[in-house]
Amino acid sequence: MGFLFVGLRGFGGVLPWARQMIIEERHWLTDEEFIELYSLCNLLPGPNIVNVSVALGARFQGLSGSIAAFTGLMTMPLVIVLSLGALYERYRSLPAIGPLLHNLSAAAAGLVLATGLKMARPHLRKPLSAAVALPAFIGVGLLHWPLIWVVLALVPASLLLHWRAGK
Amino acid sequence: MKLDPLGTLALQFALLSLIAVGGANAVVPEMHRLAVDSQHWMGDREFADLFAISSAAPGPNVLIVALIGFKLAGVTGALVATLAMCGPSSILSFTVSRFWQHSQGAAWQDLVRKALAPMTIGLVIASGWVLGRAADNDWLGIAITAATAAALLSSKLNPLWLLGAAGLLALLGIS
Repeated sequence: MGFLFVGLRGFGGVLPWARQMIIEERHWLTDEEFIELYSLCNLLPGPNIVNVSVALGARFQGLSGSIAAFTGLMTMPLVIVLSLGALYERYRSLPAIGPLLHNLSAAAAGLVLATGLKMARPHLRKPLSAAVALPAFIGVGLLHWPLIWVVLALVPASLLLHWRAGK
Repeated sequence: MKLDPLGTLALQFALLSLIAVGGANAVVPEMHRLAVDSQHWMGDREFADLFAISSAAPGPNVLIVALIGFKLAGVTGALVATLAMCGPSSILSFTVSRFWQHSQGAAWQDLVRKALAPMTIGLVIASGWVLGRAADNDWLGIAITAATAAALLSSKLNPLWLLGAAGLLALLGIS
């Protein structure tokens, strides 16, 4: 399955590669079908790209397709990341490694921040979005509350707010 | 009854899997709370290092869970953590994706979409914040985080270049 190659090429996030393969190289889905599938997988909990692979596999081959897509996506990256993890355990005390990882992890934090801010851009003028996003940020980011309580409180609240706004 | 670390890991990640609305990035603060604050499996710095490794390596970023599991119980731990994190949500998306196709265009689909989006945004920004707090113990770290975020916000650069630039700084002795 093509997901084997997607997993391998997906440096720093797999989505752009997955999209290219599914639509442009293999013609498994059209653009619209892909967006629909992807936004569905965004709504569902769990790692997005894993969800995409499972849902796509299900569409073609049912359960066995899902399992094949999942295994294809994860196997090589898992092997690579574990090798890196083992190297890290072994060499983390070397003088060159500390500063390197220090810079890398500072940059990685910046990438996540920017991703969140990019997602926030289209919502900047919607008070309703801020009313949900701010408590999520404060509760989880600043106060370190357990995520499950924040999600359990915010999902119904947000559904209610948006439902009333839509009426 | 007190579970052994591997049992705790499997249980907690399986739970995380089902509340990870918005993907792996949204649950980083929770992983941090679990691994650093509550179970003391590792320190702040090591958590930030493992996250950096998982984002620099090819493949889905969710593999941070494999590294946490690996740290705890070797290859078995890594497999348990990965399956626990991906299994429950995969079963859910397998079921829901079939159901979703049957109810195309229903109004409730739009409502769910609108309601969940802002929460995901808040959670992803919280993740960036927690990672920054774990990684940045000096002004240079903060500067790198801020510069990377600004660069990604204002351009369409491949994130890998930005990670590369930060790594290059370290090799030049700036860190």
